[in-house]
Parts: sequence; C-alpha cells; structure tokens
Amino acid sequence: MSNVLVLVDHAAGKVRKTTAELLTIARRLGEPVAVFVGEGVQDALPALGQYGATKVIALSNPELSQFLVAPKAEALQQVAAKVEPSAILISSNAEGKEIAARLAVKLDSGLITDAVDVQAGDSAGPVTTQSVFAGNYTVKSKVTHGTPIITVKPNAATPEAAETSPEVEEFDVSISDAAKTARITESKPREATGRPELTEAAIIVSGGRGTGGDFGPVEAFADSLGAAVGASRAAVDSGWYPHAYQVGQTGKTVSPQLYVAAGISGAIQHRAGMQTSKTIVAVNKDPEAPIFELVDFGVVGDLHKVLPTATEEVTKRKA
Amino acid sequence: MKIVVCAKFVPDATADRRFRSEDNTVDRAGVDGLLSELDEYAVETALTVKESGDGEVTILTVGPEQAADAVKKGLQMGADAGVHVVDDAIHGSDAVATSLILSKALAKLDADLVVFGMGSTDGGMGVVPAMVSERLGLPAVTLGSEVTVDGQTVRIRRDGDTASETIEGTLPLVLSVSDQANEPRYPSFKGIMAAKKKPVETWSLADLELTADQVGGSSAWTEVVEVTARPPRSAGTIVTDEDGSGAAELVEFLSTNKFL
Repeated sequence: MSNVLVLVDHAAGKVRKTTAELLTIARRLGEPVAVFVGEGVQDALPALGQYGATKVIALSNPELSQFLVAPKAEALQQVAAKVEPSAILISSNAEGKEIAARLAVKLDSGLITDAVDVQAGDSAGPVTTQSVFAGNYTVKSKVTHGTPIITVKPNAATPEAAETSPEVEEFDVSISDAAKTARITESKPREATGRPELTEAAIIVSGGRGTGGDFGPVEAFADSLGAAVGASRAAVDSGWYPHAYQVGQTGKTVSPQLYVAAGISGAIQHRAGMQTSKTIVAVNKDPEAPIFELVDFGVVGDLHKVLPTATEEVTKRKA
Repeated sequence: MKIVVCAKFVPDATADRRFRSEDNTVDRAGVDGLLSELDEYAVETALTVKESGDGEVTILTVGPEQAADAVKKGLQMGADAGVHVVDDAIHGSDAVATSLILSKALAKLDADLVVFGMGSTDGGMGVVPAMVSERLGLPAVTLGSEVTVDGQTVRIRRDGDTASETIEGTLPLVLSVSDQANEPRYPSFKGIMAAKKKPVETWSLADLELTADQVGGSSAWTEVVEVTARPPRSAGTIVTDEDGSGAAELVEFLSTNKFL
C-alpha cells in the first residue's frame, strides 16, 4: 500500500482531535505516515499509534518553529521526496493552508482546501467533498496532477481507533535562508476559556447584535450545554467579542451538531459560516429575521429573557 | 515604493451565484460581479502606506472583461494605476495557475510591496498569497489585523486561534490583511471622476511570456467532478415567547433531540 503523509497538528506534543480525523481518513487512502514538527514527539506517540500511524517522522530543527510556514513547507518537500506519498493531508487552518499552498508550488501538484470529506475514489486518486458559496453548493473534486495535497476541515471524519505501535524516525531537514525571511518576534498566548474549541465543538451558542454587547446570557447558556461560544461579525465589529470567535465568511466556518444563534439576523456573511450545521436553533426578537428561514426550531423573543430561563431549566434537568 | 494590490473580481455574494454546467467552473460572465469585499481592506492598507510615506499604488487583477470593474473600484478609492490581465486561455485556471500569472505580472511591475486580502469571497481558499510568495521567493506576512511599515520593515499583528503574534519581514514582501485591519474608504465623487483619467493597462498571456497551455482549465491540476445545489432546509417550528413559554419549548426541543 502507498504511504499517505499526515502533518500532525499539536500543541507541545498534545495532539489535536483533527489529527485523529486526518489519520482516520489517511487509512482509507493507504498507510498513514505522521509527520511531527517540533518538540514533544514522545508525548504524541500514543495518540498517533491509537489512530493507526504506521510510522512517525519527527522533525525537531528549531528553525521550523521560529520562522513562519516557509520552513515547514521545505521540510515536507524533503520528506515527500523520500517517502513518495500518494497523498498529503494537512489540517485546514490558516497555517495548514499556507503550508499546503507552498508545497503545491514546490511539488508541482494540485491542491484542494477545506475538504469536509475525503474518499479513496478510483485509481485516479482521492475524491474530496467541499461546501462552497456560503454552503449553498456541495462540490466533489479531485487532483489531476502531481501528489494530491488536501487540507481537511475539522469534523470531516469521526476518529476511528486502529492501534499500531509506530516507530519514530528522526529526519534531518535543511532549511534555506530564503525560507527564513519572515520571523515571529512576539507571541502572546490567548487566554484559555475552558470551553471547547469553536471549530471542533459539537454544540455552539453564538451571539450577535441582539445581545446589545452583553454576552453574559450567551456564555451562560453555552456553559449549561457544554458548548463553545461564537459571535457574529456585527458583534465582533462592535468590539463586544474577540475576532477569534467570529463565525462567518471572514471568521470560522463551523458545522456542529447543534448551532444556537441568539440575536443574530442571519446575513449571508454569517450563513456562510454555519449553514451546514446539523440542527439550527435561533432566538430573535424580529420575526422577519432571515435566520428563521434556516432553523429547525426558532423562538421569537428577547434573548435576555429566553436564554437565562432556558439556562436555568437546562441546569436543573442535567442535575 | 511600488505598491501593488492583487484584487479579484467575484460574483456578488448577495445575488444568485452558480456554476457553468458545461465545465463546472464558477459562472463569472452571466452574473453581477464586483471587487471582492475582502480586497477593499488590501486597497485601504496600500493607500494608507502610500499616504504615510511615498509610493504609487497599482491595482492588479486577472479575469474576464468585466473584471475591469474591480480595477476601476480600486482607482476610485484612490489607487494610481491599474493592470488587467485578460486572455481567453485563462478561463478555468485554478489557484496554482492564478498564482503563476500574478507572479509574472508582479515581476514585470517590479513590486516592492504586494498586498492581498485574506481570501476571495467566492473560492475562498486563501492560498494565493503564499503561492505568490513561494514563486517570487519573497517573504510573506499574512492575515495581518494591524500593519505597520517602518522603513524597510513590515510588521503585522496576527490574531491566531491560540496566540496573538507579531510577525515581521523586510521589503520586498508579500502582505495579506484581514477584515480587522482597517475600515475601507468609500470612493468620493472626486475620486470617481479622477479614476476616469487614470492609466489602466491590459496585458495578455504573451505580455507575461506565458503560453495558453500553462494556465486555464485544461491544465488545471484540480478538477471539479460534481456540483450539487444544497437542498433547501425544510421549514422549522417557530414559536413566540410569552412569559417564559419560549424558553420552556426551546429546552423541550433540545431534550427531545438529545442535546441535554
């Protein structure tokens, strides 16, 4: 079977759920080979083995973390030259997409981003599914030239365990001076909220203009459900909630099991980011708000009254 | 300083967007189009850099005849000149091919600072800035939410998922900005009138020493094999809150659907 490279997404050795999803997808296409960049490969090993990595290639050159994405793309190019993979899978986040973009140019290969599903297809290579035009269309695509490079969105697959005991192979990469021209000079970690990651959460509660700037009821309801908190562009532009939590075309695209839109009218900008959610619920004072066209269940009412009462009831039932 | 904004002409997101049935490419000809909203932030950044020092701002676009409107919008906002790369053979180009065309044009323009928006509002891949940087061998600082140009150094703040980072590079350089970077200006009446006299050049593939077989649908490295319109969502239940009834019904819905 052919090798399929998976770039491991991790924080200091703690493997993100998306990596388990990528390894699960990789097993449909061939033998998953994990590429681990940075410190902490031994900490990551159990998780990588659990989801079927047959080998782990570790790259620990410190220059890989100091300078943005260009060195990582160079490193992957060198790994690809040795492993000759039939496909390369990378998480579809800002860094992953840029690495993939550079790699596509380096390897003369076609690139597909933001896949929500990847299947083996026929001998012509993997077939991807993407959701486009604000979720109004679903397209299936394939790469027709070179090594298929595919960035995959969170929740594209349900992680399935397939225990292996992969060996770690240290791999020396040489980074060119040209790749070291954009440098990270300062990094301030974001404060942890204790809530699930927006793009990975099963339930999201989002607030918009209707909150009037008070996200308290939205956060409380989210916490009662164990949900992540999101915000519309209107709320972010008003400075009520940080941009990192924005759901929509210029923020995150999410596809949770349940999406609750509170005080969000449902402009195209916002729909683009949440339209593919499984179940959609809205609370809005305006019965004419376009968000009600999308919902499975809607409450016409003031979120400042509805959410606190609902939070109390949810907490009571869960107790 | 020669500042070039790479701008894309896209179908209007608030109108009906569709695919051409014959080749599964985005229909750009039969629909209303405009400068991608996210590229307005790039134009604004370029104009601000120019106004705080010296420089000349050129709007560069690749696209069909109508794409000239994207250049015009940039000129109305205050850019100095425009370049429109148009050639029948470009139709169907994917991101890899588009980055090749842009790179050739940027080299010909001898750009010091190349500015992109964070992604287009149609394809939305957001990969072309990195590809252009790779092809031109220039540093890239991307997704800036705050941009400072200090002599030869370009510094941005990028608000990522796990950290807020300061990133810097030296000119010549590729920059992309997010929709948090600024508030794009509206063209003034004076700006709209002045735009009519600004120079716009039209280049073909031959002007960039490219051939038809290097770009376009036939040499794209990805292929859309199937397009399906998303079925409309079936109408849901809407209730009106009266003295707490809304909350009760909401929780009942969540319970019935096993979300509690």
